Amino acid sequence: MNSFGQHLKKFLVENVRDYAMFVALIAIMIVFQVLSGGTFLSPDNITNLINQTGYLAVLSIGVTLVIVIRHIDLSIGFLSGFLGAVAANLMMFYHFNALAAILVVLLLGALAGLLNGSLVAYLGIPSFIATLAGWMAYRGALLLATRGMGTIIIRNETFNAIGNGFIPDIPGLENFLPGYHKLTLFLGIIAVVAIIWSSISNRRRQIQRGIEPIPVDMFILEMIFITVGLLYITLQIAAYNGISWTLLIVLAVTMIYYFITERTVLGRHIYAVGGNPEAAQLSGIDVKKIILIVFMSMGMLAGLSGVLFASRLKSATTTAGTMFELYAIAGAYIGGVSAAGGVGKVVNSLIGAFVMQTLQNGMLLLGVDVSLQYIILGVVLAIAVIFDVATRSRVR
Amino acid sequence: MDTPLIELRNISKSFGEVQVLFDVNMKVKEGEIHCLVGENGAGKSTLMKILSGVYPYGQYSGEILIEGHPVQFHSIRDSEKAGISIIYQELSLVPEMMVYENIFLSNEIRKGLVVDTEKEIEEARRLLNMVKADYISPTAKVRNLSVSMQQLVEIAKALSSKPKALILDEPTSALSELESENLLNLLKELKERGVTIILISHRLKEVLQVADSITVLRDGRSVAYFDRDEQEVDEATIIRYMVGREITNLYPPKIAEPTDEVVFELKNWTVINPATGRYLAKDVNLRIQRGEIVGLFGLIGAGRTELGLGIFGNPYGYVVQGEMFVEGRQVSPRSPAEAIKNGIFYLTEDRKERGLILIETIRKNIALANLKAVSRGQIVDDEREIQVANNFVSRLSIKAPNVEAKISTLSGGTQQKVLVAKGLFTEPKVLILDEPTRGIDVGAKFEIYTLMRELAKEGKAILLISSELPEILGMSDRIYVMGRGRITGELSAEQADQETVMKYAID
Repeated sequence: MNSFGQHLKKFLVENVRDYAMFVALIAIMIVFQVLSGGTFLSPDNITNLINQTGYLAVLSIGVTLVIVIRHIDLSIGFLSGFLGAVAANLMMFYHFNALAAILVVLLLGALAGLLNGSLVAYLGIPSFIATLAGWMAYRGALLLATRGMGTIIIRNETFNAIGNGFIPDIPGLENFLPGYHKLTLFLGIIAVVAIIWSSISNRRRQIQRGIEPIPVDMFILEMIFITVGLLYITLQIAAYNGISWTLLIVLAVTMIYYFITERTVLGRHIYAVGGNPEAAQLSGIDVKKIILIVFMSMGMLAGLSGVLFASRLKSATTTAGTMFELYAIAGAYIGGVSAAGGVGKVVNSLIGAFVMQTLQNGMLLLGVDVSLQYIILGVVLAIAVIFDVATRSRVR
Repeated sequence: MDTPLIELRNISKSFGEVQVLFDVNMKVKEGEIHCLVGENGAGKSTLMKILSGVYPYGQYSGEILIEGHPVQFHSIRDSEKAGISIIYQELSLVPEMMVYENIFLSNEIRKGLVVDTEKEIEEARRLLNMVKADYISPTAKVRNLSVSMQQLVEIAKALSSKPKALILDEPTSALSELESENLLNLLKELKERGVTIILISHRLKEVLQVADSITVLRDGRSVAYFDRDEQEVDEATIIRYMVGREITNLYPPKIAEPTDEVVFELKNWTVINPATGRYLAKDVNLRIQRGEIVGLFGLIGAGRTELGLGIFGNPYGYVVQGEMFVEGRQVSPRSPAEAIKNGIFYLTEDRKERGLILIETIRKNIALANLKAVSRGQIVDDEREIQVANNFVSRLSIKAPNVEAKISTLSGGTQQKVLVAKGLFTEPKVLILDEPTRGIDVGAKFEIYTLMRELAKEGKAILLISSELPEILGMSDRIYVMGRGRITGELSAEQADQETVMKYAID
């Protein structure tokens, strides 16, 4: 038992950077749960929280890559708002169906990203300025697109379901576990099994490659944590309406970006450009093309974010997108992305965005004064980054 | 006997669990040039950082005595107050500021609340005179100065605080032979003026040229002290103490003769800097045969690196004219990627800034320039990549715990080997090595040279760009000398000697 304690201590000290965010998130949730008298972690609030985080999460994932290649994109907030309004216009005034409107919006987002990326890569304009120009222009475009009416109400069931609807359950099982969403339970269990399986094979490979893996007891502890955490969340949302379309989309985007960054040639090239652009260039990597691709992906995700937000509100408003870029960047930094380039994981940024939104949601639930909310968010962001810098320099 | 100006007694220092200095002793007499030599990683820089207060009192054990009195430096300020000034290997001037501003940075001459600009310029001029650099204007921007000029500004800056002792960490590593010569003469002159100098250097010839006494460090221990007033010492002796073994020959002998087949050829190759319109290389004609090591010698600013980069797909957008042939086929790569496809690889002289991704692992760096070869479609096959990396690690005897080790944790020589591995993995026919042994220790140098011999034997065409004359003479089958962008001479290995090559270089 003593050695287990020592292991745990050593493990936590050595991996403090990777786990601190999860610990912080859990701590925040527990505090809110206690203070709210149990309503914070109720099935409907968890679902609500996840759906609220969606539009921010996809931005955080996109901007992580932008920061990894040592750039920034300030235009994404109002681009998201503007593209949401474009989708509303297409459906309400030009009779597009939901799918067509979404595709057009994603394409426009990619084009906007292409424009930003070209300014940065080929004309050498600092990304801060190039995208600040975009920030202003898209804000104006958003006002134009809402046509001075202020709000366009979206009357399209399919579109609105993205931000408010849930995946259907397996038919014919109505009498089995009533009150629970069976497909959600099923998918949750599959996810747990998949994660455990891949962790074990990963660990086996590490041993094969002569890398010292984490101690067995710590590994088991980690697996228990993941299992309990995932199953708890699964149970909670299954007790409500199950997996929402938003959650499904965010998970899909996360998995795609995780795969690209961890496994593909493109991902390697992105991190190489971020880690040392000169070396990347002299390795035969087309640095400008990489910048272009990263900004394009960012623009496309801004489009997706616009869709998620507009469908959540079932409307396009003049203020949609305000400060989104800053919250997304904050999420990425809480997730441990480094401004020095080459470091940052998309999954961590997703959690970072979730931390931001959890704080806001919880404080709202507790009726914390708005002024105080902003101050607390600022303090948390500062602490996260200070912590990050401190642990990073200590590791070196 | 006189008490030494500086004495270090039983200095030990650890980083975490790794001990890097073990009871090191060193003494420096007043008014002498003391040289500190040792392989990379021997602990020279760490020792000097202790002496200059970068690692403050309490982070090491042992004693520092200045003029016989024990001192405790808690910061760089403290060591400066005690009269010790240090100039680091990496120049630390602010490029966008003027020379005089740099000289008095954080040490400004004030007139009431404002900086006394006139006084500073005047004083800067006096200091620049002192370092024989009256041709540098105090109001020039540092960015516009050459490396050797910047070095002189650094020294002027260090002298502005009237130090008793001046420490220089590898000051000549970025300088050409001629510039190094001038710097060494300056050091001797400063010594005459009563400044005590501690010089850290790899170049033993320089050390023997200026040193009054020498301390040799090996693996964190002081293994030898020579006072040249009392005893003779030669290069071989110092090397023996440095590496702990006798190196009879710095350059491995040839193991195969080049063939007659021309693998690489440049015809009337010209590189122009579009911003200034200046010729970086002009009408260069050059060929390399299969299995041949061709040396390209030139002083700094001769256009060697620009020539190399121009060949390697011209990544910095120079204007390039002329014809290039690989195995008789004319090629005109427009990017490094195209150059790699055509069988050319250029290894940069600047491995940290341009060569490797320091925060990434060995395996990711090795595979970077040829990721396609370890990928299925767009997906990187980690297993294959690790296998490739492992092969290179054993073939090049790269010293690392495993291929997942980060580049930043490796020594300079090991990093250089990783860079070579990265180049080799692209399977080039033509390998351009730009200063492949800069800043690495004697042992690692020998290994790189041995590898070059093997590669030549395998039939690669190698262009060795270097400003180290002994290296060029020791390794090349044939030598081109470059001066101000032109090839000023071509010599066979038999014809070439130091004087002839130098004569062409300054031609």
